[in-house]
Amino acid sequence: MVHNDIHATPAAGHRLIVGRDGLDALIAALRGEGYAVIGPRVRDGAIAYEPVDSTADLPIGVIDEQNGGHYRLNTGPEETLFGYTVGPHSWKRALYPPRQSLWTAARDAEKGFTIEKPDGTPPRQAFLGVRPCELRALGIHDRVFGVQPHDAGHGAQQFTDQGYAARRAEAFVVAVNCGRAGGTCFCTSMGGGPQAEGGYDLAVTEINRNGWHDFLVEAGSEHGRAILDTLPGRRAEVYDVQAAQAVTDAARGQMGRAMVPDVADLLAKNLEHPRWAEVAKRCLSCANCTMVCPTCFCSTMEDVTDLTGERTERVRRWDSCFTLDFSYIHGGSIRQSTASRYRQWITHKLSTWHEQFGTSGCVGCGRCITWCPVGIDITEEARAIHDSTRGTAGGTPEGTNEGRA
Amino acid sequence: MAASRKPKLAVWKFSSCDGCQLSLLDCEDELLEVAGAVEIAYFLEATRVEIKGPYDVSLVEGSITTPHDAARIRKIRDQSKMLVTIGACATAGGIQALKNFRDVDGFIKAVYAHPAYIDTLATSTAIQDHVAVDFELRGCPVNKHQLLEVLNATLNRRKPVIPAHSQCVECKMAGTVCVTVAHGTPCLGPVTQAGCGNLCPGFARGCYGCFGPKENPNTASLAKHMAELGVSSRDIAQAFRSFNANAEAFRKEGDAHDDR
Repeated sequence: MVHNDIHATPAAGHRLIVGRDGLDALIAALRGEGYAVIGPRVRDGAIAYEPVDSTADLPIGVIDEQNGGHYRLNTGPEETLFGYTVGPHSWKRALYPPRQSLWTAARDAEKGFTIEKPDGTPPRQAFLGVRPCELRALGIHDRVFGVQPHDAGHGAQQFTDQGYAARRAEAFVVAVNCGRAGGTCFCTSMGGGPQAEGGYDLAVTEINRNGWHDFLVEAGSEHGRAILDTLPGRRAEVYDVQAAQAVTDAARGQMGRAMVPDVADLLAKNLEHPRWAEVAKRCLSCANCTMVCPTCFCSTMEDVTDLTGERTERVRRWDSCFTLDFSYIHGGSIRQSTASRYRQWITHKLSTWHEQFGTSGCVGCGRCITWCPVGIDITEEARAIHDSTRGTAGGTPEGTNEGRA
Repeated sequence: MAASRKPKLAVWKFSSCDGCQLSLLDCEDELLEVAGAVEIAYFLEATRVEIKGPYDVSLVEGSITTPHDAARIRKIRDQSKMLVTIGACATAGGIQALKNFRDVDGFIKAVYAHPAYIDTLATSTAIQDHVAVDFELRGCPVNKHQLLEVLNATLNRRKPVIPAHSQCVECKMAGTVCVTVAHGTPCLGPVTQAGCGNLCPGFARGCYGCFGPKENPNTASLAKHMAELGVSSRDIAQAFRSFNANAEAFRKEGDAHDDR
C-alpha cells in the first residue's frame, strides 16, 4: 500500500515487541482481510516464495549457504524463522508474472475483429519476508513500470504499466530485516543495507537475546499501523530498538561480496575491453541471471492463433537480453555474440540504468552470482575491469579492441 | 482459412520410434480440430487412406539411415510445399546416430545372423542434411503443444512461437529450483533448447538435452563445470551423446570428451 520512493526516509516509528504468536496473529489478520499471504518456505532444497498459512510454514531453523553457482540449505539456530537470506525467487514473480495474457481477439463478420481483455481484478497479495534489498528492487520496479514518477534527467515518465500498478497497489508489504548476510550479498556496496529504510507496511526484526526469541515490528504505513495495533505484544523500548539495530549491524559486517566504487562510470568508459571476451568463454548465455534478478524486467510479446485463425491471443512473457531473439530487428539479431550480450546486461544493470531510471538497476542481492550455473560473479567482472584500469585514471587500457564484442 | 479447399497434410516416417507421430494422435481434443482444419492425406499411423500429392504440409519424423530413405525423402520434398521435421531423429539423427561414432559393419556382424540382408548407411542423419527443411521442431519426443503451435502457425501463415532459448528460462518461469545450483546435479539445461514443459528439472532431475542445443550453446563451459561437479570425462561424453548426439554442438562436445 506504500509507494515510498526508495530514497525516502523511514516512516515515523510505531513499534511493538511480539513473540511468534504475534506473527501468527499478523498472518491471520492479513488472511482475515482477504490477503493471500506469500512468504518464504522450503521447497526442493531452497527458500521459495509461496503461500503460507502460519509461521509453522516458514523455514524454521534453516540457514542458507551461498557462493558462485552454489546454494545449499543447512541447519541454523533452532527456532529461528528468518535466518536465511534471499533464494531463487523474488517478488517480481508476484507483481510481474512470467506470463501475462494481455488480450484476445476474435474475427467478427461485421467489425472485422473484436478484442477482449482479461479480467483486470488484481490479486490481493501480502508479502511476508521482503528483505531490504528486495524493498529497493520494488522501488526500482515502481520507477520502471511508471508507478513512482521520476525524471532521470530527460523528462518525466510517460507510461504506467496498468497491470503492475494494480497489483502493486493491492500488495501489503511485510519487510524482514537481515540478521546475517549471505556469501553473495553485497547490498551495502550498492547503497543499501540489511535494515529496511521505508517502502513497507510493516517491518520485522528477529531478535535472539539471553534465551529470549522475539520480534520487533515497526509500522511504515497507516494500514500497517492499524494491523500492528491488533497484535499481541508489548510496546518496544529503547533497548529493544538497540537490540534490533545490533542484529542488522552484525549483518552489515558480513557481506560476502562488494561492488567496486563508481562502477557506472567505470563500465561506461570500458565498452571495449578484453574482459568481455574473457567472460564470454564462461558465460552460458542461459539467462538465469536475468530471470532471478529482482529488477530485470524485459519481456517479449507472443501472438498465437488457433487452428482456424478465427481467434488470437497476445501474451507477454519474461525475456532476457541473453537470448538471440531479444535483439532481433529486421534482418537479424544485433547481439549475436555472448560477449555483446553479457556487456549489454551488466552495463544496463550498473550503468545506463541511471540514465534511464535515475537509479542503479542493482540492489546487491547476489542472486545472479548464486544462480549462475557456472558462478559468474558480477562484482568480480566489474572488479577485473576496475583493476585493469588502475593507473590509467579509469581510461581504456591498450589493446582493448581485441575484446571487441 | 478463407481457402476454398482444406490444406493437405501428410505425416511421414523414417528411422524412428513413432513417438512423435503419437504426439499428434495424443492431441486428443485438439486432434478433431486438426482433422477439421486439414485434409489428412497421408498418415499411416492414423489411417490407411492414402491421397496422392502434392501436399501443402508434410510433417516428417525419423532420420535417414538407409539408401532407400535418402531417395524417398527427396520425393517427399518434391511433393511438399512446406516440409516440417518433427523430433530429434528428424532434426539431429536421433539416438540411432550413436552408430555414427562406431564401426557399423562391426555392429551388423555382431547382431545379425545373416549380415548380407542388411542394407544400411554408416550414419544416421537429420532430414536437413538431405533436403531443404522449412521448420525444425525439436524434442524427443516433440511437445504436443509445440506441435500444435507449428501447425497453427503454418496454417495461418505466421512464424511459430517456438523460442530457441535455454531450458533454464523455462525452469525459472515455472519457479523450478535449479537442480545444479541447489543440489549439485549435472544438468544440460543451460545448453539445451526449452520446450519440453520442464519435465526433468520439475522432478529434481537434470536435463537430458532431449530438445537439442539451444541457440549459441556454450557446451565447453558447461562441460568444464560438470567436471567440477565430479562427472567423469566418459560420462560427460555420454551426456552429450544421447537423443541429439549428432546435433553439431553436442557432437563436438561429446567428441572432445571421448578418450577412447
